[in-house]
Amino acid sequence: MAAEPSGAETGGGMRGFYLGLGALAVAGVAVILYLVLKPSTVSIPVNVAVQASDTAGFQGYVLGSPDAPVEITEFADYQCPYCQTFATMQMPTVEERLIKTGRLRLRYRDFPLDNIHSNARVAMHAAACANDQNKYWPMHDRLYEGQGDWAPEANPAPTFHGYAQALGLDVNAYDACMKSAKYAGRIQASRNLAERYGVGSTPTMMVGNRLWAGRIDSDAIIHLVDSLAPLPAAPGDSAKATK
Amino acid sequence: MAAALLSLLGVFVALYLYLYKIGKIGALVCGTGGCETVQLSRYSRFLGIEVSLIGLVGYIGLLAFTLWALRPAVARLRWPATVLAALSGVGVLFAIYLTALELFVIHAICRWCVGSAVIITAIFAAALLDRRHAEAVKA
Repeated sequence: MAAEPSGAETGGGMRGFYLGLGALAVAGVAVILYLVLKPSTVSIPVNVAVQASDTAGFQGYVLGSPDAPVEITEFADYQCPYCQTFATMQMPTVEERLIKTGRLRLRYRDFPLDNIHSNARVAMHAAACANDQNKYWPMHDRLYEGQGDWAPEANPAPTFHGYAQALGLDVNAYDACMKSAKYAGRIQASRNLAERYGVGSTPTMMVGNRLWAGRIDSDAIIHLVDSLAPLPAAPGDSAKATK
Repeated sequence: MAAALLSLLGVFVALYLYLYKIGKIGALVCGTGGCETVQLSRYSRFLGIEVSLIGLVGYIGLLAFTLWALRPAVARLRWPATVLAALSGVGVLFAIYLTALELFVIHAICRWCVGSAVIITAIFAAALLDRRHAEAVKA
């Protein structure tokens, strides 16, 4: 810039420079446009450093009354077949008999098994993004129902986008949420918490400080809740008993 | 001239990182995963502003200045190179600070951030060379 302008710089040299600058600008704009417009894959990073803001006000996804006498924390992975069985086969009964009746509160936490479930974190993030629009549980159910479809996919993001659309989410907001990976830290925080409690597999239910790993059915949970918070005897029961 | 080309390159690197941060593009092409770790850390904001946006604005400013300084009326003068060295010098210091955070605090390296650090350092070097050249011509 401060050099003595030679003939080359004032004539052909400058023309060449501006041509080069223009070519670089065109190439750069083309690459950026391609990146913005192409159907994107979504990547949720593993082992991110958890920040305080990732967990501020977040204690898991809760289903049920805050006054329920029993709370179970479920550590689960959307790509885990046992978790799917629990969610689709057992959970409807648990929900009907215990959660809707105010006897049980379920706290759902992510426990991604990254070494065997490559799509787990993306699914967890899709659910977290649905939660932004108050559709966590519908997305939770849809992810488990569709597990067989998206689990083998190399890029499950379009399938999850379809779920978001079907559930009536604002898909632009959902897409922006997914691309930003803003809940990567929250997922990692749940994973770290589970490890601190000694969770090693999914699904694992935690009642108080006790862990209950492996397959579990609704009857076992009903018995558990019955033992921890017995229903008060109905007025007629004592009368019957005295008869 | 080199500084203008490098500034334009810097604009695209910063724009790429900024578009990622606001969710306009998917995963970063990084290779190590370190880029996302860095971009999602709390150090990706400086005084409440996205670092990539600061970089974008900075590179656009440098590009505009270097193109302006190429005009024949200004090209012989020494002070534009001095100003460019000062501006890019601030950028180099900021890049050193960010690289130190990556190495010692975040413990992850973002290759695009390293690329940006190399670019701003090269602009600074080009400005110093221009300045020296201007002094030699004046003498």
